[in-house]
Amino acid sequence: MAEAAAFYILAALILGFGVLVVTAKSAVHSVLFLVADFLCVAALYVTLQAEFLAVIQVMVYAGGIVVLYLFVVMLVNLKRPPDAQRDPRRLGRLGAVLAVAVMVELAAILAVGWSRPEGEAGALGPSNVAQVGRALYTDYLIPFELASILLLVAMIGAILLARREM
Amino acid sequence: MITATHYLLLSVGLFSLGVIGVLTRRNIIIILMSIELMLNAVNINLVAFSHELQNVVGQAFAVFVIVIAAAEAAVGLGIILAFYRNKETVNIDEMNLLRW
Amino acid sequence: MVETVIVPLIVILTVLFAVLTTVIFMVLLERKVQAWVQVRYGPMRVGYHGLLQTVADVLKLFLKEDITPARADRWLFTIAPLMALVPALIAFAVIPLSRDLTLFGLRFPGQVADVNVGLLYVVSVGTLGIYGIILGGWASNSKYPLLGSLRSSAQIISYEIAVTMTLVTVIVLSGTLSMTGIVHAQLDKGWWFGFMQPVAFFIYFVGGLAETNRLPFDLPEAEQELVAGFHTEYSGMRFAFFFLAEYTNMIVISAVATTLFLGGWLPPFPNVAWLGFLGVVPGWAWFMLKTFGFLYVFLWVRATFPRYRYDQLMRLGWKWLIPLSIANLVVTGLMKVLV
Repeated sequence: MAEAAAFYILAALILGFGVLVVTAKSAVHSVLFLVADFLCVAALYVTLQAEFLAVIQVMVYAGGIVVLYLFVVMLVNLKRPPDAQRDPRRLGRLGAVLAVAVMVELAAILAVGWSRPEGEAGALGPSNVAQVGRALYTDYLIPFELASILLLVAMIGAILLARREM
Repeated sequence: MITATHYLLLSVGLFSLGVIGVLTRRNIIIILMSIELMLNAVNINLVAFSHELQNVVGQAFAVFVIVIAAAEAAVGLGIILAFYRNKETVNIDEMNLLRW
Repeated sequence: MVETVIVPLIVILTVLFAVLTTVIFMVLLERKVQAWVQVRYGPMRVGYHGLLQTVADVLKLFLKEDITPARADRWLFTIAPLMALVPALIAFAVIPLSRDLTLFGLRFPGQVADVNVGLLYVVSVGTLGIYGIILGGWASNSKYPLLGSLRSSAQIISYEIAVTMTLVTVIVLSGTLSMTGIVHAQLDKGWWFGFMQPVAFFIYFVGGLAETNRLPFDLPEAEQELVAGFHTEYSGMRFAFFFLAEYTNMIVISAVATTLFLGGWLPPFPNVAWLGFLGVVPGWAWFMLKTFGFLYVFLWVRATFPRYRYDQLMRLGWKWLIPLSIANLVVTGLMKVLV
């Protein structure tokens, strides 16, 4: 019962903040709603016994990525906001229709095609940080190292791109 | 009783919101943020299945998704800043030149 | 009912009360210590030797007019102080202030929640405080707050890397992420981690000074250059919230330092037999003593050090502290494997 209540409240918050992110007029407000959304997703992870991921979500998304967005929104001090003047060739309404079509399609796939995958249910302890760590550093060691190289490359690339004189 | 289907539906909703943002907004920063929403929808899926199957691999993959999101944000925002410096705009409709 | 609702509620209220009282006395202590260093008396008028000075200040701030600048983003301007304060307060949820106590037949835990990712929780909540600062500066729509908030957030983000690296060395030593687990690990080793990791402790201390915008790193509110930094446009209650957040952050840094490097609620050298009489003093008293000692060093540093230049600050953070903390982490890991 409590689980269901938590899920419905969090789901409503996640979707509500998602709508606000997409519709907010000011980009700064949009960024803020994004933070709120990510915090709600982190709370959802806690209800799913994924505390480590919840904390990482807050630390990396809310504490790192979104701060970056906020910086860029503030640096890009717009004299003419992009949504003010309309491009006649732009088919925004068609975009919305297409997005709804994507949603219907996904929901249809979900309704028809989804069944619980076969496989033995493992044991996910209430405190599974060590298990996540073990998975990352043994079975998924090579993807993990690749991901760290990707981060390094992205970091160098971002510094190069953002530098003033090329 | 909350089943994996509930989480999948939530994920579909969030993903579609991201798609709507990408297809309808003009500010490229907001478009990037919509992509972050979509990545989060994927993560909700992974974590929900990790819980459903009591298997830790879903969480491990979600960590990778977060890494990709961080890299994407860093490079994407770097490109936006470089573009803004040259053309004084973040409107995606005006980003239609291959070179200048 | 009593176990699941009332006891946690009492613990939460106790912690909150303790933190807010500490803030009130910190403000007074800060002025007093500054005054003593400069051979002055400091506040003397309100209460015995100025004991109630902070209460008077808070009352004044309550009654002051609360101004919103005309061109400000009203909504953000209002919630920014709260966004700075709330993360600072909720960080206390995982800090163990004492060992579990038994009063009136009820078992009171020494912390609000023993989360198994406690240390990461503190770090991640700490990163959220930055939003209050950035948005406070941006929403004021004025140049000094904007510059102050940009400086402040750049500074906090830079030093956070080094500080988090030092926390990783503590995790390597203790093998757990739970705050209580870290205290117990220090009990098992017989040494506070401050003795085993002097370099990490030093980096944490310097990073803590920078993250709380204290001298010698108080560039974000350097009065000569930026008026008052990100809260220039704030007055009345909303300014009081920023002020409260700043001092609460100092206490968080000190409490975390106490837990990680100074043994939390343990007495000094808990395993030495002839020092066993120190166990007479209750754990929470040791915790308070250590935290206040650490806070006193903050004040002492403020009274003695000149301010850094901004480029010096950034060079110290990126070229010295971060490489040093990474090297320290590598050495700690090697020791762990080899020894």
